[in-house]
Amino acid sequence: MVSLTSRIGVLGSLTLAIVLCWGIKTESQSGTDIPRTDHGAATMEYQQRLLDKLMPEVDATKVPEGFDPVIWDAFIPQNNEMTASRVALGRKLYFDKRLSEDGTVSCATCHDVTRGFTDQRPTSEGINGQIGRRNAPTTLNVALLQTLFLDGRSPSLDHQARLPIVNPIEMGFATGEESAAAIRNDEEYQRLFQEAYGRGVNYEDIGNAIGAFERTLVFLDSPFRRFLLGDDMAISADAKEGWRLFNEKARCTACHQMSLSNPLGTDNRFHNVGVSARHQDFESLAKQGVQALKEDPSEQKLEELALATDMSELGRFMSTTNRSDIGSFRTSMLLNVGITPPYMHDGTLPTLWDVMDHYNKGGEANPFLDGGMEPLALSEQEIDQLVAFLFALTDQRFAEENEGQMKAQKAAAAKSRAFRDDDMAFRQKLAFEDRISK
Amino acid sequence: MKPTYKSVETRYMEERKEFFDSLKKLDRRSFVKVSTAALGAVAASGLTPPFSFQPVNVSFRSEAASQANSFRFAYISDSHLYERDLNDRFVRSLMRAVDDVNNLDPQPDFVFYGGDLAQLGQPLELELGAQILKNLKAPLKIMVGEHDWYLDMGEKWKDLFGEPTYSWDHKGVHCVTLLSVVEKDFWTARGMSPMDRMKTVAGLDNSVQSPFTVGAPQREWLKNDLANYSDDTPLIVFSHSPLYKLYKAWNFWTDDAEQVQAILSRFKNVVVIHGHTHQMLTNRIGNIHFHGLLATAWPWPYAPEGMPPLTVEMSRPDPFNPQDGCGDGEVQVHTDGLVDKIYNFWNRNPLTVARAYTASWGQEAIPPKPNRPSY
Repeated sequence: MVSLTSRIGVLGSLTLAIVLCWGIKTESQSGTDIPRTDHGAATMEYQQRLLDKLMPEVDATKVPEGFDPVIWDAFIPQNNEMTASRVALGRKLYFDKRLSEDGTVSCATCHDVTRGFTDQRPTSEGINGQIGRRNAPTTLNVALLQTLFLDGRSPSLDHQARLPIVNPIEMGFATGEESAAAIRNDEEYQRLFQEAYGRGVNYEDIGNAIGAFERTLVFLDSPFRRFLLGDDMAISADAKEGWRLFNEKARCTACHQMSLSNPLGTDNRFHNVGVSARHQDFESLAKQGVQALKEDPSEQKLEELALATDMSELGRFMSTTNRSDIGSFRTSMLLNVGITPPYMHDGTLPTLWDVMDHYNKGGEANPFLDGGMEPLALSEQEIDQLVAFLFALTDQRFAEENEGQMKAQKAAAAKSRAFRDDDMAFRQKLAFEDRISK
Repeated sequence: MKPTYKSVETRYMEERKEFFDSLKKLDRRSFVKVSTAALGAVAASGLTPPFSFQPVNVSFRSEAASQANSFRFAYISDSHLYERDLNDRFVRSLMRAVDDVNNLDPQPDFVFYGGDLAQLGQPLELELGAQILKNLKAPLKIMVGEHDWYLDMGEKWKDLFGEPTYSWDHKGVHCVTLLSVVEKDFWTARGMSPMDRMKTVAGLDNSVQSPFTVGAPQREWLKNDLANYSDDTPLIVFSHSPLYKLYKAWNFWTDDAEQVQAILSRFKNVVVIHGHTHQMLTNRIGNIHFHGLLATAWPWPYAPEGMPPLTVEMSRPDPFNPQDGCGDGEVQVHTDGLVDKIYNFWNRNPLTVARAYTASWGQEAIPPKPNRPSY
């Protein structure tokens, strides 16, 4: 009798353990098992342990695997060569909440190691619970981008990395010097800054060091890359069909060029695909934008306008005031796209199925819509194949998270496809038709 | 032998490298300086058209207020519509242009449609176009293109839009619309069907069709129409083909251009606005200032020879972007009848060919040259 009960007990707990494991596996993105803290980010300690596992012993001075040394070298700024001490300093800064005014936000808060180096929320939360207007892009593979921020308003990673620190709704310091002052008494920092840049703690080198660290976050090893390298079994039949559609009927490759030598899947150019046309009038917004920039053309003002006001929707226009740039944002990179939901510059599309729906109907009609946007007439099966391909672009080290995301997104898409418009996709109704016959 | 040729791509990559190198050299402060300077440069260059949202528009408007008679009209041209079930891209493009023009604030005095509304003159094509153009908020003036005409010799077009040759006065300017695509009868002797005739006219580089003309009867009409106007009346003439001889093989050509120009020669300032060439095109012959219109359907390459020296050629359109090099635009008419011609490119920056540019024979207000080659 006794032995039977204990047997049931053993069986029961075994089952429980399996259920738990399964639960952890699929819900890892919702983070039930991950210790979470300010603004929903995983604790900095947890993130750093995970990063150790993902990237054991990186030699910063070496060219990352799979890279042509000449090409890699072109991405490294001459005034910020990669050294071990710079990367070590940048890494410490990346996870340091003292770089925010109230000590609750670090880079890793919105570029969370456990969440594909994003925060997986529509738009990000800064100090005092303030919500910005932009979706946090991943910091994975950012070394390869030609411009930084979704509107390309920053020319380099080193320059970009220090701006959130002084943005009032992100990390909130009034000046860069104040952020440097906040960590200047830390003896380890004094030593690290001296080692890395040969001078004391200062704002500019905070950006340089974080930039150097972020350049080590090279995660290219996707099943698709292995497929391109000749492993025919690396991706599913659906994903292969998706790759064909990507280059043909779905027109993705017009902007997301992708190959072994150009692995990111972005043309680094700026396009209006109509995401904010759903809720913004670009003309009147552009008027406001020009006026605001005229009153204060400073870099800091531009930062504020881009993140805290409706003018965020003007995208590239706020940097150039070129009419052709109204509502345009840099083509997103596609590597690791599966683990960085929700999508688009404002995070309004929750799943990759929604993204396909958006493009399938030719985007949202507006006077500045990119001319390459066409209704695609993709069937449901074709959409599934394209999504299968997109999930094959995630680095193997995130395979588990990728799997969980795919299931979660599929379930969400089965419930709701808010952006699906078959009339537009199959040209029963044409772009601008509703607008001009209002 | 030393290679002297550099491909477009090579030169583009060189320029790009130079640009990024220069960015690398900037510290934060000079970056801000550069961005601010760029802002100022844009405002100071011809890149800023009198679009409603630009603050410079304030100065445009105050200038307009002091010149009681100056006015502005918008244009759309060369949509080449097929039935929407056959090709809806051109249909969407025309609707985009209508949406564009309807968004102008303040609204233009009228919208001028530059011809080739239809691709093969079919009733359904013309009806579709008329239906879309009905959505314009401002009054419509419309001109015939050869694609509208040669299936039924204008029967359907006249049914929808009235007479093709007409004139009117607007705020002190006399405006004339001509049918400049009259061809000699090449079809009867060959026993061609209406569709054969239409397709022949719609083609390029063929020796069957005759060159476009305004023709003797219309020249006579024009003389009479202008008889009561003094030599200093500002005159705007609309013609589908350029009223000069550009490139015959593509029918960028009006065969009796000199005779028409002779009729116009007594006037102090004449502006000719023409469609047909689907590109930025500027010319001046004596007192006559010529401006081309952008198409909504597709951009043409430039003629391989005989380009007017005043033309600033637009750069080669992006093959990944079917609407690149297309667009619509506006014409700001000054009191002396000369115009600022605004090319509102889709997906490019708008570009103005200012009154002062043609008035000074290209010495002043030179439009910015695109940074990529033309084609």
